[in-house]
Amino acid sequence: MSARGASLDSAGRAGNPPPETTAVRLHVEQASYAYHVTERGAPKFALGPVSFKASRHEIVSILGPNASGKSTLLKLLAGVLKPISGFVRVDGFDASELDPRARAQKVALVQQESALLFPLRVWEFVLQGRYPHGKRLRFESEEDLLIAGNALAQVGATDLRERWMDKLSGGEKQRVILARALAQQPSLLLLDEPTQHLDIGGKLELLRRLRRLADESRYTVVVVTHELNLASEFSDRIVLLHRGKALAYGPPQEVYKRELLEPVFDAPLDVEISPSGRPRVMLRDANSGQWAPRNSSGN
Amino acid sequence: MRSLTPRRILGICALLGVVLFVAVVISLRLGAYPMSFRAILESLYQNAAGRGDQVPSDYRLVIFGLRLPRIAFGIIVGAALAVSGAGFQALLRNPLADPYVLGVSSGAALGAIVSLIFAPHVPLAMQGAAFAGAGITILAVYFLGRRGGQIDSSTLLLAGIISASFLSAIIMFLMTTLSGRDLRGMAFWLMGDLATPPQMPLGLLSFITLAAIGAIYTTASDLNLILTGEQEARHLGVNVARVKLVVYISASLLTGLAVSVSGAIGYVGLLVPHVMRMMFGSDYRILIPASALGGAIAIVAADTLARTIASPTELPVGAMTAIVGAPVFIYLLRRRIG
Repeated sequence: MSARGASLDSAGRAGNPPPETTAVRLHVEQASYAYHVTERGAPKFALGPVSFKASRHEIVSILGPNASGKSTLLKLLAGVLKPISGFVRVDGFDASELDPRARAQKVALVQQESALLFPLRVWEFVLQGRYPHGKRLRFESEEDLLIAGNALAQVGATDLRERWMDKLSGGEKQRVILARALAQQPSLLLLDEPTQHLDIGGKLELLRRLRRLADESRYTVVVVTHELNLASEFSDRIVLLHRGKALAYGPPQEVYKRELLEPVFDAPLDVEISPSGRPRVMLRDANSGQWAPRNSSGN
Repeated sequence: MRSLTPRRILGICALLGVVLFVAVVISLRLGAYPMSFRAILESLYQNAAGRGDQVPSDYRLVIFGLRLPRIAFGIIVGAALAVSGAGFQALLRNPLADPYVLGVSSGAALGAIVSLIFAPHVPLAMQGAAFAGAGITILAVYFLGRRGGQIDSSTLLLAGIISASFLSAIIMFLMTTLSGRDLRGMAFWLMGDLATPPQMPLGLLSFITLAAIGAIYTTASDLNLILTGEQEARHLGVNVARVKLVVYISASLLTGLAVSVSGAIGYVGLLVPHVMRMMFGSDYRILIPASALGGAIAIVAADTLARTIASPTELPVGAMTAIVGAPVFIYLLRRRIG
C-alpha cells in the first residue's frame, strides 16, 4: 500500500481544466506564504516554498510540531489564502482563484467546529454540505437528501440522523462533520487535526474510515495531524514541516528517519519498523536527560 | 429526514396569517366605541368588495379612519422589528441580539429627534436620519463588542446597553430644548407608541419594509450556514462579507423605519424570533417570514392591550412589550449562562 498513483504532470492551468483521466488531483508547486504584522515590515511568519502532489486514492499527512506552518499550508490548499509565490492547483484550477462555491464543490475542509448557536439536527447539518451545489435560497431536492443520507451511511452515522448536534459525543460529532464534508462531493478532502478530541479507538476508527474513503471512493485526502504512528500506518505520503520549511516529502519509510524527526519534534525518538512494514516512532528514555530539550523554542 | 419545502413555509405562513387576522378583528372590536364582530366583518367585507360607501359612516370612521390605520402601522412595525432582530442575531452570531437591547433603536431615535429639531419639514428626513442613526450605532456596538478580533457575546450586550444609555442621555438633553407642548408626545414616542400617526404614507412604508425583509430573505440559506460558523460557511462557499453587508443595511433600515413610526419598542426583535424558532425550527428560510408575521401579531396584540387595559387612559405599546419582554430576556440570559 505504499506510494500509489503515477506522477503524471498536471497540464492544467487556471480556467483550463485537465482531461478526466489526469491522476494528479492536487498539485502544489513552490507555494509559499507570509504573514505580515505591518504592510512593509518583516514577515511575522513565513511558509514555504512547498511542493508536492497527490493523486486519487491517496492520503497525504502533513506533520510537524506546533507553529511549523501546518495550518497555513492547509489554508493554502483550501484556497482561503493565496500563495505569494508558486501555485496550488486542484483538478488543474488555482484553488485561490476559484469562486467560493466552485471551490467548495472541489475542496471540503473538516475543522474543529465552532459552538452552535441554535440547536440543529444531524441531518440538517449534513445537508449544509449540499449548499455549494445549490442555487440561492434553493430547497433541498430528493437528490440532495439521498446524497446526505449516503454521506451519513459512509461514516456509519445513519442512526444519528435525528439526533441534536449538541448532544453528540466527540467521536459522533467528528463523524457527522466528516459526513457534511462528504455531502459536498469534493475531490479533495482536507482535515485539520481530526483526531484531536478522540480516544485511541476513535482515532483508529477515523483513520481506517479515511483509508477506506480514499481506496473505495476516489477521494484525495490531506490530513494535518500530530499522530506520527497513525499517519505512518495510513498515509501514502508525508509532508514534514518545520518552522515554515518543508523538510521532507515522500512515503513514510523515507521521511521517518531518526536524524530527521528528532530535531523537528525536539524529543528523543527511535524509529523502528512495525509488523505492517510501516515505520513506527517511539519515545526513547524520556527521563534519562540524555536529550537536552531546547527551552527557547518560543512557539 | 424531513427537509424544508416551500409548501411547509406557505402552510406555516397561512396559519400565522389566520392568527394575525383574528388578532386584527379582535383589536378592531375593542375600544371606546362598541361594535359587534359581525358588523366589523361585514364592514371589512363590503370594503374589500369595493362597496365601502355602503358601510355606515360612523363604522367607516372608527374602523377605516381610526383603528385600522393604527393596526396597519403596528403590523409593519412589528414585522420590521422582528425581522431586524432575527437579522442582527445572525449578523452578530448572538441569540440575544435585538435592536432595542443593542441600543440600535436609541440610535435611530436620536437620529429622528435630531432631524425633527434641525429639519422639521423636510420629507423623509426623519426616516433617513433614523436609518443613519441605527446604522452608525450597530457599527459602533459591533466594534466595541469585539475582543481579540472575535465578537464576545457578553461584551457585545454590555456595549449595546451602554450605548443605549449614552444615547438616551443625549436624547434627554435634546428634549430639554423642546417646548412643553411637544414634550409629552415625545416622551410617549420614545417609550414606543403607535397613537400618533406617522408623517410617512402607509404605502411607501410597506413597500420599503417589504423590500428590506425580501433582501434579508434572499440571504436566508447563507445565514443558516453563517450561524453554524463563519469560517465553515466560508469554506462551504458562502460570500460572508456580501451577506453581512446586505443584512446590516436591511436590518438597520428596518429598525430605522420602525423607530421613526413608533419610537423605540423593545424586545419584539428578541422574543418573536425566539418563539418562532421554538415552534418552527432555526432555519432562516422559515424563520424570516414567520418572524415577520409573528412580530405583526405581537405588536397588534400588545397595542390592543395597551389601548384597553387602563381604559380610558392609553399606555405606550413599548411599555407593554417591555413588561412582558424584560423578564423573558432575563430568563433567556440566565439559561444561556447557566
